[in-house]
Amino acid sequence: MKAITLSPGQLRAAEIAFWLLLAASYFIAPNHLTLLSQILIFGLFAVALDMALGYAGILTVGHAAFFGAGAYTAGLLAKHGWGEPFSGLLAALVVAGVLGYLLSYLIVRGADLTRLMITIGVCVLLAELANRLSGITGGTDGLQGMEVKPVLGLFAFDLFGKTAFVYAFAVVLAMFLLVRLVLRSPFGLALRGIHDNRKRMLAIGAPVEARLRMAYAFSAAVAGVAGALLAQTTQFVGIESIGFNRSAEILIILVLGGTGRLYGGLVGAIVYMLVHDGFADMNPEYWMFWLGIFLIAAVMLGRGGIMGALSRRIRTREQAR
Amino acid sequence: MGIVLFDGVAYGMLLFLMAVGLSITMGLMNFVNLAHGSFAVVGGYAAAVLMNRLGVPYGLALVAAFVAAALLGAVLEVVFYRRLYRAHPLDQVLLSIGVVFVSIAVLTYFFGPTMLPFHLPPALQGQFSFAGVELGRYRLFLIVCGVATLVLLLQLMNRTRYGAMVRAAVDNQRVAGGTGIHVQRLFFLTFSLGCGLAGLGGALSLGMLGLEPSFPLKYLVYFLIVVCVGGAGTVTGPFIAALLVGVVDVAGKYYLPEAGVFLIYVFMIGMLLLRPNGIVPKKGLA
Repeated sequence: MKAITLSPGQLRAAEIAFWLLLAASYFIAPNHLTLLSQILIFGLFAVALDMALGYAGILTVGHAAFFGAGAYTAGLLAKHGWGEPFSGLLAALVVAGVLGYLLSYLIVRGADLTRLMITIGVCVLLAELANRLSGITGGTDGLQGMEVKPVLGLFAFDLFGKTAFVYAFAVVLAMFLLVRLVLRSPFGLALRGIHDNRKRMLAIGAPVEARLRMAYAFSAAVAGVAGALLAQTTQFVGIESIGFNRSAEILIILVLGGTGRLYGGLVGAIVYMLVHDGFADMNPEYWMFWLGIFLIAAVMLGRGGIMGALSRRIRTREQAR
Repeated sequence: MGIVLFDGVAYGMLLFLMAVGLSITMGLMNFVNLAHGSFAVVGGYAAAVLMNRLGVPYGLALVAAFVAAALLGAVLEVVFYRRLYRAHPLDQVLLSIGVVFVSIAVLTYFFGPTMLPFHLPPALQGQFSFAGVELGRYRLFLIVCGVATLVLLLQLMNRTRYGAMVRAAVDNQRVAGGTGIHVQRLFFLTFSLGCGLAGLGGALSLGMLGLEPSFPLKYLVYFLIVVCVGGAGTVTGPFIAALLVGVVDVAGKYYLPEAGVFLIYVFMIGMLLLRPNGIVPKKGLA
């Protein structure tokens, strides 16, 4: 099949169309707004993971630690009277970002194996912490009794998830644009350089470790915002927000969509959540079985995910030249 | 104090048996195999099923566990793992998570999500008195098994032709291949051996930890801690680390039940900060 060539202008139009389509889903599927909000939130989480994994090349299987940290931050604030949503998001961003920055000292210096180890270890550790401090976090029952105030003091969160969807959409779009901006900045280009050839970047004098630390902290902060969004829109924080399974799930979403590509996480989240929702009646064990088969197949048949397959079909004009 | 130390050592031996194969695949073949626990579970289930349904004696069931896990490992090596020795660690992680998920689903389908019923043979039940402390016979048996495995493995790696070939292939695969060593077959054998040991460890853990389908995820972190703290690619490193982890974990649960689980992670992070390449770093590794 012949590759389709897109000019940069058409590419931008495709991007805008993608977001308009997402926004239009509010009218197309008004009965599934909760699912749509969750798709957006997990998409943002996958984009955050992609920053660390796909762009910075830091092997991590513990990103739910930051997602959970953000969720619990927003949740606890809302439970104890501070229900204003945007400041809750900001608090989650700061907490997850600081946590990510502190951990980055442990993670950046090691080899792949040590990184993997520490990310999994920290994730399990935080999950255990959330489980043990049941007086504060609600333990396995989850954090209940959140009271999120209306957005901007005007729009209260309703039962049908209308406000939640619009709120999630706005925040996800804003965060996505921020990520897009950062990745196209000199900082983002430096990350790509480190990912492709670390030694050469060291040789031309790039502060490789500092860049990786920043990328990891930024990725953690965005993941924290995603977690806080989930907490605020569902008014609940479950213990599973923070564990290893959530980390593996988001990794699967990202791989499905395609790593190292801006839209990979979002596309992966859309497909994964829709399929998951479609098979919701299925026994969880069967779901796990097919997930496992999918993962094995994805590795054996070549990586790149949906976006990878698309990029083989569609080229931008610069590449085609 | 004595009993805590003894139980901790016994627990550490189990961890050693299950993790030593992982140390080999991670260190020698540079393969991040998160599915290692699945081989332990398969071995354990094979042993339990043989004993419960067919009345096979315990010793024979242990051998069967080793064989079952090694066979499964051999098949998976040929079909999947072999192609990914040089792949990016992310691919290896994804593949092995996939294998874990499939193993959990399949075992749950056939045996249910709960722990398998298991009865120790009478010879290993009960306790005996030593220096005024009541010690479990089964735990002593575990320690004997662990030490025997360590000695055998050390002999195998350091004294035999096979061990010399493995060490050569690890140091430099291309040169080893050039001298006529069949590296691929070597890795195949070594991988199967590691899986078999995991299966043996799984079968032995039936009486102490209990096995359930989600075991590979539950103990994944412990295996990784043992390998990373000990030093991937060595045999003695994981042994020392497993003993330390076992004692720290049991002591933590015994004396500080509130903080027990955290102690092990604090221990891990501390050890990795002090010795990033493990207690026994592999020669030639930066």
